[in-house]
Amino acid sequence: MTSASQSVRTQREVRHPEKTAFLSLSKALGRVAVYVVLIFLGVTWIFPLYWMASSALKDDPQVYTVPPVLIPNPAHWNNFADAWNRFDFNRAAFNSVFLYSLPVTLFTLISSMIVAYGFAKIRWRGRDALFWVCIATMMLPWQVTMVPLFIIFKNLGWINTYWPFVVPSLFGNAYFIFLLRQFFLTIPEELSDAARIDGASEMGILWRVILPLSKPAIAVVLLFRFLWAWNDYLGPLIYINSEAMQPLALAIYRMRTLALSMGNTAMAYPHLMAVSTLIALPIILMFIFAQRTFIEGISTTGLKG
Amino acid sequence: MTAIVTGWRNMSKTERRNQILGLLFVSPWLIGFLLFALFPLIASFYYSLTNYDFIREPRFIGLANYQRLFTVDPDFWIVMYNTLYYVGIGVPLGVAVAFLIANLLNSDIKGRTLFRSVIYIPSIVPAVCTAMVWLFILNVQYGVINGFLKTLGMATIPFLSSPDLAKPSLIMIYVWAQGTAVVIFLAALQDVPRSLYDAALVDGANLWQRFWNVTVPMCTPVILFNFIMGIITAFQDFTLPFVLTGGGPMKSTEFYVVNLYRNAFVQFSIGKASAMAWILFLIILFFSVVLFRTSARWVYYGGEK
Repeated sequence: MTSASQSVRTQREVRHPEKTAFLSLSKALGRVAVYVVLIFLGVTWIFPLYWMASSALKDDPQVYTVPPVLIPNPAHWNNFADAWNRFDFNRAAFNSVFLYSLPVTLFTLISSMIVAYGFAKIRWRGRDALFWVCIATMMLPWQVTMVPLFIIFKNLGWINTYWPFVVPSLFGNAYFIFLLRQFFLTIPEELSDAARIDGASEMGILWRVILPLSKPAIAVVLLFRFLWAWNDYLGPLIYINSEAMQPLALAIYRMRTLALSMGNTAMAYPHLMAVSTLIALPIILMFIFAQRTFIEGISTTGLKG
Repeated sequence: MTAIVTGWRNMSKTERRNQILGLLFVSPWLIGFLLFALFPLIASFYYSLTNYDFIREPRFIGLANYQRLFTVDPDFWIVMYNTLYYVGIGVPLGVAVAFLIANLLNSDIKGRTLFRSVIYIPSIVPAVCTAMVWLFILNVQYGVINGFLKTLGMATIPFLSSPDLAKPSLIMIYVWAQGTAVVIFLAALQDVPRSLYDAALVDGANLWQRFWNVTVPMCTPVILFNFIMGIITAFQDFTLPFVLTGGGPMKSTEFYVVNLYRNAFVQFSIGKASAMAWILFLIILFFSVVLFRTSARWVYYGGEK
């Protein structure tokens, strides 16, 4: 097929040499145009993040000078530390990492793996029907259940704690159950059957046979669940109202108020940009070091950032 | 359920064991589904039929909340208009831009990975951080865009402080953060068989004709997917409008979930908020069903169906 079409093209090129020259010129021009457009788009797309990081290094006069200062000079690297210490961001970082993102990520992975195993590797009646219910729950907007859940968790005394995020993560997440199930299905049945004949329990098969073969899928779950927890704003806004318990996403909001009231004084904008940069940095680094996992996770299941 | 019970007697020992194990493995999800999805969904519907403020007992008032929202509520139609404006322009624009960028990235270029990263990273950086950056960039007095306009002696643009421009500004930021769709499109484009393009070349199709007659039909399932996901997620956008504009100026960016949050957790109008949550649920359900139904007419599934 390919070779046939190539030979047809060659014949045409032989017959019309002047047309071929024109074609390759327009092709080259087309490629230059593609690069020009892509570089323009790339610069536009990265500019806001560049502006965030570069403004973080400026002092007050540099921030509001007209024409705008594109490269900070002098660069004030101590802005990062100053901004960080302006509020108790150490505490907020501790809350974000150890009370929210890490436990939720770990528990979601474990519970979703167990459930996915039950949907993929054990044959039982009603399995496919329940799996469809599981998929259908992905369509349920969580704003619908937001208010009743708040009432339940409030009655349990969980306001200003991270239990409203940690406890539900023990019960699996439909997206990741789906993703892991699809992955488990690609692992040959013979492997689990062989382990069964050797007397392994189902838990043992999941742990010793399936888990070592599922590292790519597990990486996707870990990355995305961490990302969602780190970026979550509405959840903490509802459940956390003491400043000491706030995660980073909420703590930074206090700096916004400062920036809007102080304007071009008191280092309001450079500090706001410095803290924004520091909160965005772990996610950007995570992407750079695990780019393949991110891209695979998105292109196979359409997971949102 | 009855099928499971009556089938029990006819099962072999292994089948019974598998039935119990299967249910046991999916039980975390099943319990979680009942506790954190189904029960709150029903409770939310019940609250939508009551007058409730977290303090006094809910009082049953029938469909009055819905009736008031549709007829006398001063904000509901404003909020609905804002949201439909944002979704109706933002989602098609976002899908189109993402598809065009993906096509550019799919052409024969060097540095594809770098360009893809640059386009994708804005969609995973915490929305709170990007909101802070745009708050700064679009600021009338200190923002960099207006800084350049001032340099050129042009009038400044009140991106976020004018009710006419606030929504278009948010749509611009929405389009900027569509990296996930670009990655999904790029994966789909790389799956289009080269032989189709070769055949089109033999037939003398130009670039434009190849795009419309090969690329677009081959990618319709993915375009549909991104379109549905776009509508569903854009309808629920919260962090960006809440942090950036707080619903203002003059309620011009008071989007559905922002208003829902305010009704529930600021005004404590639980009945009204629950009615809004159910309307949102039905809207999202409606869009999903309509798009899936009509898709059969124009989606190309590679001859599978």
